[in-house]
This record gives sequence, structure tokens and C-alpha cells, in this order.
Amino acid sequence: MKRFSVSKLTLPMYSALAMVFLLIPIVYTIAFSFNDSTKRTNTEWQGFTFDKWLGVCAKPDICESLGNSLFIGAVSTLIATVLGTALAIGLVRYRYRARGAVNLALFLPMATPEIVLGAGLAGLFFNAGVGAGMTTVIISHVVFCLSFVVVTVKARVQTLDPVLEEAGRDLYANPNQVFWKITFPLLLPGIVSAALLSFSLSFDDFIITYFNSGSVETFPKYIYVAAARGVPAEANVIASAVFIATILLVLVAQINGAIKRKRLLKK
Amino acid sequence: MAFAAFGSAPAKEHKTPTKSGKIVLALLMPGLVYLGLFFFTPLMSLIVTSLEVPAASGAIGEYEYGFAWQNYVTVVTDYMPQILRSFYYATVATLIALLFSYPLAYFIGVKLRSRPMLQRMMLVLVIAPFFISFLLRTIAWKQIFSDGGAIMQFVYSTGLMSTSDHFLGTDAAVIFGLTYNFIPFMTLPLFTTLERFDVRLLEAGSDLYASPAAVFRKVTLPLSMPGIISGTLLVFIPIAGDYVNASQNFLGSSKTSMIGTMVDADFLQTQDYPLASALSVLLMAVIVVLVSVYVRRSGTDDLL
Repeated sequence: MKRFSVSKLTLPMYSALAMVFLLIPIVYTIAFSFNDSTKRTNTEWQGFTFDKWLGVCAKPDICESLGNSLFIGAVSTLIATVLGTALAIGLVRYRYRARGAVNLALFLPMATPEIVLGAGLAGLFFNAGVGAGMTTVIISHVVFCLSFVVVTVKARVQTLDPVLEEAGRDLYANPNQVFWKITFPLLLPGIVSAALLSFSLSFDDFIITYFNSGSVETFPKYIYVAAARGVPAEANVIASAVFIATILLVLVAQINGAIKRKRLLKK
Repeated sequence: MAFAAFGSAPAKEHKTPTKSGKIVLALLMPGLVYLGLFFFTPLMSLIVTSLEVPAASGAIGEYEYGFAWQNYVTVVTDYMPQILRSFYYATVATLIALLFSYPLAYFIGVKLRSRPMLQRMMLVLVIAPFFISFLLRTIAWKQIFSDGGAIMQFVYSTGLMSTSDHFLGTDAAVIFGLTYNFIPFMTLPLFTTLERFDVRLLEAGSDLYASPAAVFRKVTLPLSMPGIISGTLLVFIPIAGDYVNASQNFLGSSKTSMIGTMVDADFLQTQDYPLASALSVLLMAVIVVLVSVYVRRSGTDDLL
């Protein structure tokens, strides 16, 4: 069977090219964060500089929008992760009649176009007389992050052997101890991935935020408005920094997981 | 479903202990109440608003309860081009994303099984676009395809397009951007399905003298259906509601407006809330039909 053929190479070659294609705009965005552009726009390459990285806050409004986005991302992720983890455990561990309905209720927010949810929430807040601001943005972000947390944590709960918790109970651990000493540590990798995903979704959200944020500036809102006259290189710096930080976190988690798996297989 | 791919290591699933009672309520209630308040109520509120009539005072942006089903007629007649365009873009982009992702997901999920580390790395690279600003990566494509850029200069030099023509602002440019931005939503569910795919079935097929094409058509493709269907849903739906790619400041022009463009304009600019709501309800109705077709075919257990 081992003979050399061009067709054997087609799939790996295609996959490599597909990867390159997916990464083009990322490389472009990072490269242009080092562009020495003196003009307001950042469309032509003018030379390499670290200046934009060292002085991101030279444009104060961009830093303010970054601060808001980080805050919104952190608070919505916290709420969504707590609610979503509880839902995931409840969904996998217990059987009840309304299971199908609960699955559907959790899937629908993922299947709702952002424009529909954004307009719906804006209408609700407007009718209830709640002014758009930080609170309304956070409430909206939790809605779309929640289902993604459930999906991610659920996958982890499914791999958890209930025997481990039984063993804890047999050794006279109370339910609290069983949860914090056994269940939670075993679920932690799933919870961390879920939180990471939730934060990225919140940090990058534009449409729902645009409808529900009033005068609160977020980083995507800043870019959307700036796109009309030209986005400054400082925006590329922030996006690149966030990208590098997230990808490092994901890589560390993946490598960590792979090493652990190897060790388990050896035993 | 899709995101389970990077949720955890694949391991065998344990059977569910049958237990019920107060603890389930305590676990499920907070999340479900939250969704009730901030997901289902807004959708209901959209339906109510979509039927409202202008207030008697005649002030802009003020409406009162009514049963103006004519709003839906207005929306369908006035926004037909945008409605058709949105679904046209979504259909084409979903198909391209599927054709692009399938070989890639097959390579990562089946061919790279013997190399788990490389498999994980490739997966991280597939989702990497998620981690850089959606708006900035779209702007990056805009600049790459600008008239003065290397690609367009090359195209002009070959004479395929005259210099008075542009790529930006066309249907093709918007479809390109939409496809690019949602490819990971297709690749991930395909990967999750193909990762579990039993390759011995392929051998069985060829042992029985089926041609590679026949094996693919009769074995591989039917078994990848769950991934194809959930990928299609996850790509088609957000694209139908997107309007950033189609916006004039990104890859589109005034000729590429979509449903979202009109909802944005009606809601945030002309403050015609009933029309914006009616259009959103229509879009949501189409999505609900698509999801229920899926549920009917595959049940609710694989949804999440």
C-alpha cells in the first residue's frame, strides 16, 4: 500500500493552504500594528515602529473603549459562567421530562441572529423605561454567552465519572465538600475554556452592543465608527495584544491537556 | 455540539443517573429564569411592537398598541430586495464554507488522529480568527482588496477587469467576507463529527469493491450529516442576520444592503420601531422553521 502518489499529498497541501488563507487577515492586522503611519488612516505601509505599541493611550478614547470592553467582558463572563455551569451540570446529571424543551431553550439563543436579539432587547429596555448603558450591555452579553458556556461545560460534565463523587460521599464528605473537592476541580478545564470563549464573544460583540449600549463606548463600537474615516494603528495594537494573549492561553491549555492525557495513557 | 471540540478531551460518556428533585431546580432555575426574562421576553416584545400603530400625537418614534398586521405587508413589499439578498448571500456563503471546510475538517479529524498534538494545534489555528477583532479582520480584507492593493493591481494588469471596475462593494466581496468570517463555525462541527468517524467502514467499503467515490458517497457523506447540518445552521443563521460585512465602510456598498441594514436604519435612525420589529420577527420566523426541521430530523439531544 505504501506507494508515493500525488493524490496522497493533495489533502495535506490543501489543508496547509486553507490554514494560510484563514490566517491572512490576522497576520495583516498584527503587521499593521507596527506601521509608522503618521496619517489618521492606517492603509499604506510606511515603515516599522514600536511607537504605537508603547503609546496606545495616545488616543485616549481608544483606551477608554478598551477599558469598558474589558470590564463588560469580565462581568458578563462571570455571570454567564456561573449560570451556565449550573445549567450544564443539571442537564447532564439529572433526568426529567422537560429535557427536550430545556435543550431547545438553550439552543435558541445561539440560533438567534444578533440583529433580532439586539433589537428585541433594545425594545424591551425602551418599553420598560430603562436607559441604555453599562447595565443593559452586560445583561445582553450574558444572554448570548450563556448557551456557549453550557455547551462547552456540558461536554466536560459528560466525561465525568459519577463513581468519583459516590466515593467521596462514601467517605462521609458532605455535598458541599463533594462539589468543591471533586466535581469542581474535575470540571475546571471545561469551565476555563467556557469562560475564555464567553470573554472572546463578549469582547468582540458589535451588533447587540450597538443596539443596547447608549453612550457607552466599547472597542468594537470604536472601530465601527472609526471605519468611516480610517482606523488608527492603535486599534490594531489592542486587537493584536488581545489575540496574542488569548492564543497563548489556549495553547497552554491544549498542551497541558495533551501532556496529562499522555501521562494517563502510560499508566 | 460544535464548541464541545475545545471543551474537553474526548472520553467515554457515562450514563446518566436518574435523579430528580430540588437540586435540579436549584441548578436549572437561575439560568432558565434569566433566559426567560432576557431572551424570550424580548422576542415577545418584538412581536407586540411589530403590530403597533403610530401614536395619536403623531410624534416621531412614538407608537401605541394595535394590531397593524399591515406592517408585515409593508415590510415584505418594501424590503423584498434586502430579504432576498440576505438569504442569497447566506446560501452561497454557507455552500462555499462547506466546500472549503469539509476537506480541512476531514484532514484534521481523520488523517491527523495518529498525531493528537498536531491535531490540537491545527484546531487552535482554525478558531484563531475568533480571537482577533471581527471588525478589524474584515477591514484587513478591505485593504487587501482595495483598488491600489497588489491583488487588484495584478487583476487589472491581466485585463480581466477594467480599472473602472472594483471588487469592493460588489456582491462577491460581501459573500467573500461573510464566508471568511463564519468558516470556523462550519469547520468545528464537521471536525466533531469526523473525529468520531470509524475509518474501518472505509476499508469495508473498498474491500467490497466500491470505488473511492462510491465509498465517499455511500459511507463518509451520510455519516458526516450531523456535522454538515449543524455547521450549516451555525453559518447560515448569523450570516442572514449580519450587516457589518455588507456595510459601506466595510466590504459592501449601497447596493448590498441586507435585512440587518434595514433593521438598524429603521430602529436606530428613523425610529420606526414597528417596521424594524416586523422585519426582525420575519427573520426569526425563518430561523425557527429551519431549526425545527433540524429538530424533527435529529431530535434535541444533539442540539447542544
